[in-house]
This record gives sequence, structure tokens and C-alpha cells, in this order.
Amino acid sequence: MSRPIRTVDGNEAVANIAYQVSEVAGIYPITPSSPMGEWADQWMSEGRPNIWGTVPVVVEMQSEAGAAAAVHGALQAGSLVTTFTASQGLLLMIPNMLKIAGELTPTVFHISARTLATHPLSIFGDHSDVMASRSTGFGMLASGSVQETQDMALIAHAASLEARIPFMHFFDGFRTSHEVNRIEELLPEDIRAMIDDELVFAHRQRAMTPDRPIIRGTAQNPDVFFQAREACNPFYDACPGIVQKIMDKFAAIAGRQYKLFDYVGAADADRVVVVMGSGAEAVTETVEYLVDKGEKIGAVIVRLYRPFAADAFLSAIPSTVKTLAVLDRTKEPGAAGEPMFMDVATAVTEAVMDGTAPFKEMPKIVGGRYGLSSKEFTPAMIKGVYDHLKEEKPRKRFTVGINDDVANNSIPYDPSFSTEHPDTVRAIFYGLGADGTVGANKNSIKIIGEDAGYCAQGYFVYDSRKSGAMTTSHLRFGPKQIKSTYLITRANFVACHQFSFMEKLNVLKCAEPGATFLLNSIYGPEEVWDRLPQTAQREIIEKKLKFYVINGFEVAKAAGMGGRINTVMQTCFFYISGVLKQDEAIKAIKDAIKKTYGKRGEAIVQKNWNAVDMAVDHLHEVKVPDAVTSSFDLRPPVPEEAPEFVREFTAEILAENGESLPVSKMPVDGTFPTGTTKWEKRNIALEIPCWDPDVCIQCGKCAMVCPHAVIRSKIVEPDALKDAPEGFKSATARWKNFADKQFVLQVAPEDCTGCTLCVQTCPAKNKQEPKSRAVNMVKQAPIRERERACWDFFLSLPEVDRNQINHNAVKDVQLLQPLFEFNGACAGCGETPYVKLMSQLFGDRLYIGNATGCSSIYGGNLPTTPWAPNAEGRGPTWSNSLFEDAAEFSMGMRVTVDRQNQYAQELVKRLESVIGGDLAKALLTADQSEEAGIFAQRERVAALKEKLAGADSLEAKALLHVADFLVRKTVWALGGDGWAYDIGYGGLDHVIASGMNINLFAMDTEVYSNTGGQCSKATPRGAVAKFAAGGKPAGKKDLGLIAMTYGNVYVAHIAMGANDSHTVKAFREAEAYNGPSLVIAYCHCIAHGYNLAMGLEQQKAAVQSGHWPLYRFNPDRAKEGKNPFQLDSKAPSMELKDYVYNETRYKMLSLSQPELAKQLLTAAEEDVASRWQLYSYLANMPCGSETAE
Amino acid sequence: MEMKTRYLGLDLKNPLVVSPSPMSEPIENIKHMEDAGAAAIVLHSLFEEQITLASNELDANLLQGEGSFAEALTYFPDMGDYKMGPDGYLEHIRRAKESVDIPIIGSLNGVSAGGWLDFAKKIEAAGADALELNVYFIPTNPGMNGQTLEDIYVQIVKNVKAVVSIPVAVKIGPYFSAMANMATRLDQACADGLVLFNRFYQPDIDINELEAKPDLNLSDSRELRLRLRWAAILYGVIKADMAITGGVHTSEDVIKSMMAGASVAMLTSALLKHGIDHLTVVRDGVAQWMKEHEYESIEQMRGSMSQKKCPEPAAFERANYMKILTHYTPESPSPMQ
Repeated sequence: MSRPIRTVDGNEAVANIAYQVSEVAGIYPITPSSPMGEWADQWMSEGRPNIWGTVPVVVEMQSEAGAAAAVHGALQAGSLVTTFTASQGLLLMIPNMLKIAGELTPTVFHISARTLATHPLSIFGDHSDVMASRSTGFGMLASGSVQETQDMALIAHAASLEARIPFMHFFDGFRTSHEVNRIEELLPEDIRAMIDDELVFAHRQRAMTPDRPIIRGTAQNPDVFFQAREACNPFYDACPGIVQKIMDKFAAIAGRQYKLFDYVGAADADRVVVVMGSGAEAVTETVEYLVDKGEKIGAVIVRLYRPFAADAFLSAIPSTVKTLAVLDRTKEPGAAGEPMFMDVATAVTEAVMDGTAPFKEMPKIVGGRYGLSSKEFTPAMIKGVYDHLKEEKPRKRFTVGINDDVANNSIPYDPSFSTEHPDTVRAIFYGLGADGTVGANKNSIKIIGEDAGYCAQGYFVYDSRKSGAMTTSHLRFGPKQIKSTYLITRANFVACHQFSFMEKLNVLKCAEPGATFLLNSIYGPEEVWDRLPQTAQREIIEKKLKFYVINGFEVAKAAGMGGRINTVMQTCFFYISGVLKQDEAIKAIKDAIKKTYGKRGEAIVQKNWNAVDMAVDHLHEVKVPDAVTSSFDLRPPVPEEAPEFVREFTAEILAENGESLPVSKMPVDGTFPTGTTKWEKRNIALEIPCWDPDVCIQCGKCAMVCPHAVIRSKIVEPDALKDAPEGFKSATARWKNFADKQFVLQVAPEDCTGCTLCVQTCPAKNKQEPKSRAVNMVKQAPIRERERACWDFFLSLPEVDRNQINHNAVKDVQLLQPLFEFNGACAGCGETPYVKLMSQLFGDRLYIGNATGCSSIYGGNLPTTPWAPNAEGRGPTWSNSLFEDAAEFSMGMRVTVDRQNQYAQELVKRLESVIGGDLAKALLTADQSEEAGIFAQRERVAALKEKLAGADSLEAKALLHVADFLVRKTVWALGGDGWAYDIGYGGLDHVIASGMNINLFAMDTEVYSNTGGQCSKATPRGAVAKFAAGGKPAGKKDLGLIAMTYGNVYVAHIAMGANDSHTVKAFREAEAYNGPSLVIAYCHCIAHGYNLAMGLEQQKAAVQSGHWPLYRFNPDRAKEGKNPFQLDSKAPSMELKDYVYNETRYKMLSLSQPELAKQLLTAAEEDVASRWQLYSYLANMPCGSETAE
Repeated sequence: MEMKTRYLGLDLKNPLVVSPSPMSEPIENIKHMEDAGAAAIVLHSLFEEQITLASNELDANLLQGEGSFAEALTYFPDMGDYKMGPDGYLEHIRRAKESVDIPIIGSLNGVSAGGWLDFAKKIEAAGADALELNVYFIPTNPGMNGQTLEDIYVQIVKNVKAVVSIPVAVKIGPYFSAMANMATRLDQACADGLVLFNRFYQPDIDINELEAKPDLNLSDSRELRLRLRWAAILYGVIKADMAITGGVHTSEDVIKSMMAGASVAMLTSALLKHGIDHLTVVRDGVAQWMKEHEYESIEQMRGSMSQKKCPEPAAFERANYMKILTHYTPESPSPMQ
């Protein structure tokens, strides 16, 4: 039977099976499993049927806990059900998993196994999540490659139905879930043949129905619970046999034979490694290579990990084995060993004890850890393990792949060892996210894997920042199946799509001798050599690289592609690499373009085709000189004046040397200094804003909207400018109280992302030439040096006195120092201007509990973090707990702040005689409602500390430790709408009901932004999002209105682009309110689909159309007899369609399903009208004394 | 009394044709127009530039952020299909044809040479009874002379005529230095009709915001004069039928248009102002006037006030201007005094 060959990633391969054998899927987004749910939702919206010819229902829930519960319920009612998740999401499912397994209910949870958050969060892959769930009673089936994910997914579903044991089918997050590889795709008839309908009917028979009523989920007591728990044993005993039977059936159908434990290697191996997941692929490759060289080694690949079939495991091991190394991709601190090691040790020990072991002598069994958080696991490391096993006394517990210079657990290996096949083309592409490199490479893999019939593999490494992000594509092609589940370190083709990378990275480190190097360069073949740093020149000469250049930007621009050079570079790759014949390659590229972009219109296809046709003509080979001639080398990652930690730790990560940092350099508990982004000068903007003081009206709006805090202003004494560097600008301050001072505004040239929001918002136009404003974009490169000096000078100028300004006025507030700077958010981000404002207003006394999401990533993702201290060393202190618990997490902080404040007050009273009566009284009665009061209290606390410094009583020491709590603090929970409206809503509700003085800030992008745009309950009706591919049919949840019903919660609904003064006022009122506050901010987002430079205009349109009314609900007003609800925006003056159709998320529905879009728009218009009617009623409702009036 | 007329070889029940506007986008409006008395409808224009822009915009917005960040490799689901390009427009022609009996005329504004021909063929294939070429270039390039510009117009007409068999009208603006010559050249290029004239939207200046703003203002009957003049001059000079568009608001405007020599009078602004039912008012007004003035047919009045036939042919030439001037005498009080 002929089956299609496809190049897909693991997630798609799994989803394709899960969808076809299910009737219901309960889903929730979490990296890296989200694409499985996205595929399922998309197929549902397209009406794709499952193998029974009916379209499954895919339901998104509010959390993984909700998804698991929905799955549980759907199973109980008799459907075939699946779900997809990872990491902490899987942990949220555990309670229901225990129930599902306890009830012997067949289902499969597909897990793209991901690191559990511990000292930090990590999105990457290891087995800590599935191992933490191993006691649920679920079967556990592992896949190691993309092909296996498809096959095992089906085997899991089939086996679960027969065994009645639910399964986790897991595969390594990113390494397998996101690796693109060539697979033989199963046909629907294959899948049909694997699923026994009688078992489906049996499942239905067991289901709940009032027509055959049963009761399940009872409460049991000590008399019977234990026995009942043991009643399931026969099912677990039978399970491995059933799985093997299903595997055999699969082999008969599809031709690929799997065993519960597969063995690879020498039949007489004396050293055997036990491994599971993608690591098994690299181990297999290494074992085959070394066995060929005569090594007596082997490996057991674990497929079925639970139930652990000891007999099957033992029978897989050669009797000659002397040493077994069990490699776990997880860490269980404090345990006798990692989970799989313990299982193997138990199985072997018992077999020896029973005399049933296949070997005469008890082998040595050691346990190793590898690959946590997708740490590389290479043939070199694997060989290191085998070499280590030769030792007389190998380490009982070891790690491989890192340098553990603290516990000295790591074993050595020779990094130069390689098993790469000489016939395999290995290509590395360094690109920028925005240039389309990844997309083009995925197309190349399809061309080579599907059209040309070669084996092909693609793996992509992404940046931790969302703006100016570097991508590295690792592509392998060849005649042999590619099992290399590790990054390429010996490339025979290297392409650098951005010349700027050459200045900061040695992109040729991975080039092997004789490799080809393709560089996108504005400098032609004659000029380019002198523009390369010494390192690059040396690499090219010493490795005898063939060197080509093309001005990809010029070609792309001429072809109408703007800055997207992907097609140009892809064409050059095919042309130079010779992977395909040139004519065939050009045709294949064009066909792929048509297939990928055809539905977006002929113009898109045509411009890409133009780029293909023009590319080769602009490609030039560079004649390489014999000697290094450059006068410069790679730029240091951080300046010399950076603090030691930044130089020794952060800089290494920035230089792509993080892999080699030893354990001793690591903070032991995940604690890092703040304010490190300032040391990383990314220089990602081609154009930056330039200030024109003559036009400027000093309104502060440009600084206010800057998402990255790169535009700043100060007011200084004229004398302070006497040593200003050349080009430093200033103007007479337009403040009555600062009339004799100078206003300065400065851009950080190397930190700007070039988003242009500042220019778009600037209200001041040049009267002679209105196309110019007070800030205008100019080329960065020519002014970089000058502006760098100006920026340094600006930073050296004194900050404004916080007591001298009006904290309600935007222009004044923008004189305050931002304590959140140069974050890694998208260029033009709609969230970060609010966050920065918060840091300006309250940053020096601010606690933040941040929900996981965009804000935790741009706020806390290594290598550098943006929360920063001020000159006094005070600043926001930040932590992220989980996605779902930011409100409760922050409430815990509030409880502590209040408790310690209370304790400090008690101690002040107790120590009044030491402190002095006046100071003690002042400390206890201080009015800290305004900045001046807070400043004065800090002075008193300083005096207090001075007095206590010499005291040696325990109470005095205790007071010293809590004295700072006498100064007013503010606690804020931050998160997106996924947190506030969905997964964290329960906690948010509880916290606002608590009456405590805690502030919750919901940044509403109306979609799960960080995980790629999935629908939340904040998503408006009619908008398309992932998990709502057919347009969201339901209206947006009115979170603010719900919160207002408590009566004692301050609620504000703000949109900076529509009214920045309102935003400032709301923040200050929320913070001042002595009770719970909820501020909901409209945030434009890349997931809305328009040029973010227009974000503020679109915010305005959101308000004018009535989609986003501005309001404040202040319970303090009610105490004064006033209506607490103030509707702060005017009645809708713009048609809703004029707002929504500026955005692709709405427009794409009108382009794909115009009638449906029309219906949803009408319904959305009704939403706007009815909400406005309600709000108007609330705003005009007479209250308290107003009633009397 | 016979209100029939013939335009582009099409027999029309009266001379009222709806000219392109967003009003013809909903199918229910098209049916309404027919019921209200429209004899034909020129659909809103298919703008090649708009199609290209829409494609580029969708592409750019979908690509934004794609393949950059590990957790969000895309931001939108992959929709099965988009009704991009001319498909939606062509479907609209088909549906319009199905819903009414009166002729449906497609309208096209191309950009590229290939675009004009490709879309013209598609509009014909979709079932349009005729095609109106909405040609306009704002000649901002000081290096381009009038001859070059005129050649472009003529070439487009020739090329389109060569690939379609339905009648083709050309809608032009009044800003040719030699309008009569230009009209003749288009006539020689085998245009079946000339539509006089395109109303170009003129941007306004916002003195507070210091912005040039696109501003849509509707026509009124005063704008009819320019059309009447050139219809009157060209009547009998060119073979192509003439349509007057821009300033037709009342039954009198229609009658004047016919008398100047047009075959049809086109309305849009009047319908935007008064609603689609205004067509009935105008049609009935024309009929009433014809009845009162004992005209037997539209044909009887067509071109009766053209330059060739009217009692004062010089009125359509420079003399018209001179005559107004002669009414002014230095003794007349200045309005400023």
C-alpha cells in the first residue's frame, strides 16, 4: 500500500491521529503542546471528519484543570476523548487523571513533555512533567522521533481502548514536537484497522446514561477503599501484553515493528544504556556508529514506561551486560535515584534475587541525568557515557552534558566526537524573525523531503526576545534516515541572513572545513571582505570556505518583498548547495510558494516568484584573500564597566556560550540582580527617533508610549548642561514652576526597536513642514556614536525631584525615571507602556507578582531582565509563580507586607525608649498618602536604623530587619487576559473579594498572546483566534462589571491611546484606594494583525466605536455620597466596523466567511449598544447625596 | 410616449443608469434599484490596485511575528481560503445578474497592463453585459507630457477591446487639454461609449491638524454644466454613445443630458442623498415633463441642444464666457462696497 510521505513536526503528526480517533477534545494552550489543539480546532472548523465520518468537537476550557475535567465528563458520558498538554498544565490535570485511571477509562493524553517550572520557568523539553504524573495510574508510552509520535499515538489509543487504562503518550517538547521530519503518513484505513469498534461499543456500554443508570465517583471508607484500589491490578498486569499485541498488529498494517523495550547494538554488549524519548534516537545513531567500530555496547529504548513490564525489559538486555546506565531526562532532588533508574534497579535486583535474570552476575547499575530543559544530548556526550561505563567504579549517579564543578557529578566527554554521516547535507541558517528565514526553511524541507524524496530534518532555535529576534535553523538532508536529535555543530553550509550578526557572533564556528558560506550583505563581493571581523576572516581562510554574498535586501525590495529576504536566500541556498538540479529547484520553490501563499492572492505569489527569478543574478562568489586583514573583531557582548555578574554570567549567554557555563556560576535559587537589560546593546533598529526641540511642546506623550523606555526626559538646571557632549539638545522648560530650567529629551540609540509609536503619537508638527514632528525617524548608524555619548550624558544628569511634580499630569509623570527598561517585548508592544508607567509612579516601593505570559517573558526571561533599580538602589521586586495564581501569589505578598508592617509598628512601640518618643510617634502616625509623606517616612526609617545600629537587643535587631516595612509599599499582580479572564479568574475573584489592599492589573490583548493567539474569554465576538478559527461566536466577558458587583472593588477600564491622562489617573486612584483594585487596560497586540505603529490610533478607535468604554468605579466616591461609577468616554461616534476591520483578526473572517462575519458583526454591534446603554444607566444612576439632591 | 434608449448596444427601458458606488455592493440594493426604475446598473469598480494592496496587507499582517518566537510561531489559525483578488467581485456580478433583468455593467480600474486585460476577461466571463473602464491617472510626474498620457488611455481601450466581446465604455475625466481630440481618439480606438466625467475626490486641508484629508463630497446639479457642454460638443462628432455622470440629480438634469446628446444619465450622489427610491421620482418627473411638453420619445430630444443642433452653437464655445463678462460693467456696484 502506498502511503504519502510528508514532512511534518511531531505536534502535527500526533494531532492528525488523535483527531481522527476521537469524538471530543478538551484543550487549553500551553507551550509546546498548543499546536496540537490548534490543529484539532482548525480541522473541526473545516469540517474534517474522524474515522467514523463525524466531525469531532473541540472545546477550549479555562485551564488545563478545566480541560481535564471536561475530558473526564465526556469520557463518563461515553465519548472517545483526547487532550494535549505539557508541563504545569499536566500537573493541573493530575486530580482528574487519578479519577480517570481509577475508573479504568480509556483515553489518551498527548504530552509534548516539558520542563516543570522550579527555580525558573522553562518552555523546553524534558520528562519532569510526565514523571511527576507517573503515579496517576496512566499508562506511559514514549516516542522518540516524529515518525514514532504518529505511530505511538495510534498504538496508545488502540491499546487504551483494550486495556481500559488511560495513557499518556509523550514525546520531547520542542526536540520532537517542533522538529520537522519526513514521515510515512498513515492512511485513514490504517487507522480504522487499528481501532476495534467492539471496544468502542464496550466503552459506550460502561458510560453513564439515565437509560441504564449507574453511580460512579462515590466516597469510600477505610473498610473497603484499600481492597477496591487493588481491584484494578489485573488490568495493569494485562496492559503490557495488550500494548505489545497492538504493536504487533500495527507492524502487520504499517510495517514498523515496535516492542515495549527495543534493543539496539551488539548482541554481546557489555555496556548498555537505557533511555527513553528523543535521546534514544541520538543513542541509536551513536551505538550503530560505535558498534561498527567494534565497541561492545547497546541500548534499550523504553517505549512503554508504565506499566513497567520488568520481564519484557529484562528480556531485551543481552546476557553479556556488565554495566547498565539508566538515563533519566528529569531530576528528582532528594530521591535515591531518578524514576527510571529506580524502576530498572528494582527489576534487575528482583530478577537476580529470583534467579530469573538473563545474566549470571548482577550488573552494575548507574543512573545518569541528561538533557534537562532541552539541553543538548549529542553523540559526544553519549560516547562519554559509554566510555565512563568502562571504568571499574563508574559514578553511581552522574550528569552528562554540563560542567558540574560544585557537586562534581558530571562526567567528561570529548566534544569533538561526531557521528554525522558524510552524505548528509548539514546546513545552518542564521536569520532574523522578521525576515522569514524559518518559514522558507520549512518550505525547503518540504521540497527536499516530499518532492525530491530525500530524508530531511529541520529544527529551529529561537530567541528569548520578541523584537529583533534571531532564529537559527538547523537543516539536514540525505539518503539515510536522520536520527540526529541534536543541533548541527559541523555544517557544510552556513548562511547568515543578517550582516549585523557577523559583528557579534562567530557564525562560522560550526562550519566544517571546505563548507560553503552564504552572506546577505549590502557590501558587494569586492568590498565585503574588509567589513568582516577578524574572527570571520580567520574562519573563512583557515577552513577554506567557499564564500558567496548577495544583497538580499536589494533584491527583495526590487521584487516587492520589502524586508523579507527569505525567498531570495532560499533560492541562493538551492543554487549553491546543489541539493537539487537548478531547474528542478526553481520549479519546486515556485510551486511551494504557490502552495503556501496562493490563497493570499496572486500578487503575493508573483512577488515571491520575482524574487526567485532575480536572486541568482545577484549572487556573487567572493575571492577570499590569503590573510586576515581586518582592523576589528567581534564586539564584546557587554561593556567593560558592567558589573561582575553581568560580565561573567550574562555576557557568556549573550555570546552564545551559555552551554559552557559551569554549575558554580549559577545562582542556587533562581535569584538574579535586576536591571541587566541596560548592559545589552542590541542595536536592532535601523531607524530611531530624533528630537526636534524647536517643534516640541514637551507634552511627554512620546516617552509615555515608548514600549521600551528608550525615550526619556528630564528637567535640569542650565548649568548641568555646560559639559554636554556635541549634539546634546535641550529647550527652555515649558513648566511654570521650572521656567528657569532646561528640558532635555534623549533617545537610547542602541536600545530602541524602531517601532515608531513615539512618532505616531507626537501631536506637535513643524509649521513650515508639517510632515515633520517633534520626533522623527532617522537612520541609526550615522548618529549611533554621537547619540550614545548623549545618552550616557543624559543618564548622568540628576533625576527630577519627585516632590516637585504633579503626579496626575502626563507631562510631569514622564519626567520620572522608568524602572522597567529595554524589555524584550515585540516592537510597538501595547502592554509595556502601562508597565513602564507603573514603574515610574510606584517603582521604588513596588512588589510584583506576575502571571506567566508575555509580561513574565519580557519581564523575566534570561539573559537580561528589564526591571531596574534607581540610583538609591530601590526598585520593583518581581517574581513569577504560575500562570493561574498571580492574584493569590500577590495577595500573599500583601499579607506579608501588612504583617511585617504591623510587627514593625509593634516593635517601634516596644522600643520607644530607645528610639525616642518623637521619632517613634512620627513613624507610627506618618501620612504617606503622597510622595512627600513617603519620602519623609524614609528619612525617619533611616534615622531609626541609625539609632538601632548599635543596639544589641533581639527586638532591636528584629526591628532593623523589618523597619523598611514602615514605609508604604504597593503590591501589584500583573497578567494578561488569559490569566485574568480564564485560568486565574477564580483566584482573581477571591482576591478582590478579600477586601485587601492589593492591585490587579489585567493587560487585555483579548487573546493568549504569548502562546500565539489563542482565544480567551476576553476575545471579542467575531474575532478569529486560534481555538476560534471560525470566529468567536460568543461575546467578550465583562470582567470589570463583574468586579464592580462587589461594591468595594476599585475598577478602571483604560486605554492609553485614547486618553493617557485617564490612564495615569486610574493607576493613581487604584493604588491610593485602600482595598482591592482591578485595572483593565486595552493593549494592542501583534496578534491583532496590523502595523503596531498604528496601535494608539486603534486604541482610540476602540474607544470611539464603543468597543472599549473608559470608566472608573471608585468605592471611595460612594462613601462621599457620589455615584462610584464614572463613564469617562463619550457615546460611540464611530461605526464598529470601522474599528474592527482595521485588524486582520476580524478581516480574515470577512475574507473567508463573509456571511458569518456579517452576522457576527451585527451581533457585536448589538453588544456595543447594549453595554453602552447599561453603562450610561449606571453612570446616571443617582446615588447617596446625589439622590437627595 | 417612449422612454426607451440604447446605450452600448443595450436596449434600456429608460435613460436612468446607476453609476458606480458602494450602494451597489449589497445584492438587495441592486434589486431595489431595478424596482425603483433603474434601466441599468454600473457596479462599483474592481480596483486592481486595491486587490494588490489587500493581498499585500493580509500577507504582511499574517507574516508579522511569524517564526520568531518559540512559543508563538504564528498568531492566527490557517484559514482554508480567502476570497482574495477579483473572486468576490466576479461572484457579485453573477449574483447581480441572477437577481435582476436589467443589464449589469462591470467597472474596472486596472494598474498593470496584464491586470486590465485579465480582469476585463474575467468580468466578461462572469456575465457582465458591458464593461466600463474607469481610467484615471493623476499625472504628477512633471516629466510626463500630455501626449504620453493620452496614449496610455487609448492603448488600454484598444487592448481591452481586443480581448473582450462585450461593449466597452470609457469613463474619463475632463482634464484633457484637447478634449474633443481625445474623445475622437478613444472613439477611433473602438470605445463603445464615453462616460463624461469622472469626479475625482479632492483632498481637503485640515488647518488645525495640518493634514490633507480625503473628503467625499457629493455632486450637485451645478456640476452638470461641464458634462452638458462636452456632450453637446461631441454629439454627432463621435460614434460612441455618451453617458453623463456627475451632477444628475433631477428629472430636469436627465432631460438636459439627453438634449445635450447623451444616451443615458447616470446617478449616484442623488441616490446617496435621497435614497434609491429617488430613481422613481426622477423617472416619473422625466415622463411627466415629456407628457406636458408633448415629447413622444427620448430619441426625439437626444442631441436637440447639441452644438450642432441648438440655436446658439457658440454658447458652448468661448463666447459663453465672453457673454457673462459682457454683463459686467464698471458702473455695477462691487459686492465689496
